[in-house]
Amino acid sequence: MNYRRISRDGLWDNNVVFAQMLALCPLLAVTSTATNGLGMGLASTAVMVASNVLISALRRFISTEVRIPVYIVFIATLVTLVDMSLNAWAHELYKVLGLFIALIVVNCAILGRVESFASKNPVPAAALDGLMMGLGFTLALVALGGVREILGSGTLFAQASLLMGESFGFLETTLIPGYRGYLLMILPAGGFLALGFLLAGKRVLDRRLADRSRRLVNQPATA
Amino acid sequence: MDLDRLRARLPYQGLLLAVVALVTTAALALAARTTGPLIEAAEARDLQISLNQVLSIEYDNDLVRDSLDLPGPGGVPVTVYRARREGRVEAVVFKVSSPGYAGPIVCVLGVDRAGRVLGVRVVKHTETPGLGDKIEPAKDDWIHGFVNTALGHPPAAEWAVKKDGGRFDQFAGATITPRAVVKAVKGGLAFFGAEKTRLLDEETGS
Repeated sequence: MNYRRISRDGLWDNNVVFAQMLALCPLLAVTSTATNGLGMGLASTAVMVASNVLISALRRFISTEVRIPVYIVFIATLVTLVDMSLNAWAHELYKVLGLFIALIVVNCAILGRVESFASKNPVPAAALDGLMMGLGFTLALVALGGVREILGSGTLFAQASLLMGESFGFLETTLIPGYRGYLLMILPAGGFLALGFLLAGKRVLDRRLADRSRRLVNQPATA
Repeated sequence: MDLDRLRARLPYQGLLLAVVALVTTAALALAARTTGPLIEAAEARDLQISLNQVLSIEYDNDLVRDSLDLPGPGGVPVTVYRARREGRVEAVVFKVSSPGYAGPIVCVLGVDRAGRVLGVRVVKHTETPGLGDKIEPAKDDWIHGFVNTALGHPPAAEWAVKKDGGRFDQFAGATITPRAVVKAVKGGLAFFGAEKTRLLDEETGS
């Protein structure tokens, strides 16, 4: 099993958002600030790792005919457990994130990874795949949330200390003091616009990289 | 036993689903029992904090436990919390709501014995960020303008936003939102006036 390949796929080449175009519903719903994006991303990552590990460990017992209901029941249970424990032991955090936790159940990316990867691969590979896919999703959430927050309200990581404790207060920055805000970017329509530009940006970057590596290969080895 | 052959048989499917359902239900039941009391305590603490924000007076009872359910405006039950000092009800706190621009706006309203507003806080709304959300005290101090108002002070005709000939400011670009909050507070005060004897616990003549 090629662990480097798995990491690359999860973070960039096969990124949940930028390449697979999955999980757009929670993505657009929560990314009005970078902090919200980060919180949603970390919670999704935790569920992704747990569900991948669980399904991978049980993959010999799960028959193909009833696999989908089994996956869904396991994922829904994991999400509910995360929801209850956050509410009980991290209530302040839950008040910020609570709304989004339930959204993780409908994140098709989690079912997708379980179905296409964890059900066919051993536990360590499945755990790494869940982690990397989750981090790739977090990257997309923070990038989109950051763009929308900077353009929409002129701040970055506002209320980060609510999410991660007082020690992360230094992340809260006001980039444009006295900025009056640009409402469109905070509304869902702005989410679609920003996502479109980010997707286009990734395509351009990927093409540049491909061009460059092709040129390097084609160069005659005279030197 | 050959697992591969077993897995393809029909009874195995039903059995697998049953075992999965049983295990997950047990896990959830266990988690609910462990976290239930903690969640309840945390929510009671939240309620206490939000109630205290609209009570600028001193009281000596356990506010959260001294509640009363009454049929409110439109038949919707309203839970009223009573703040007492030496047994006498000094103020009551309850939720009022009114349809805003993008869904209901829910406020907690604190009213003293004489029917004066002690404070109003919006606890839930889905108004447009940047325009309608000036009803939040973190964004604007508009909501504090209700303190010390009462029915008849300002007079009933002026219980409206300025655009409607009333006393309360609206925001540039958002009239519906402040109008809804004014209506909710006015409705809450009317409810207080109608249910005063029961709310102040004076029926028994204590």
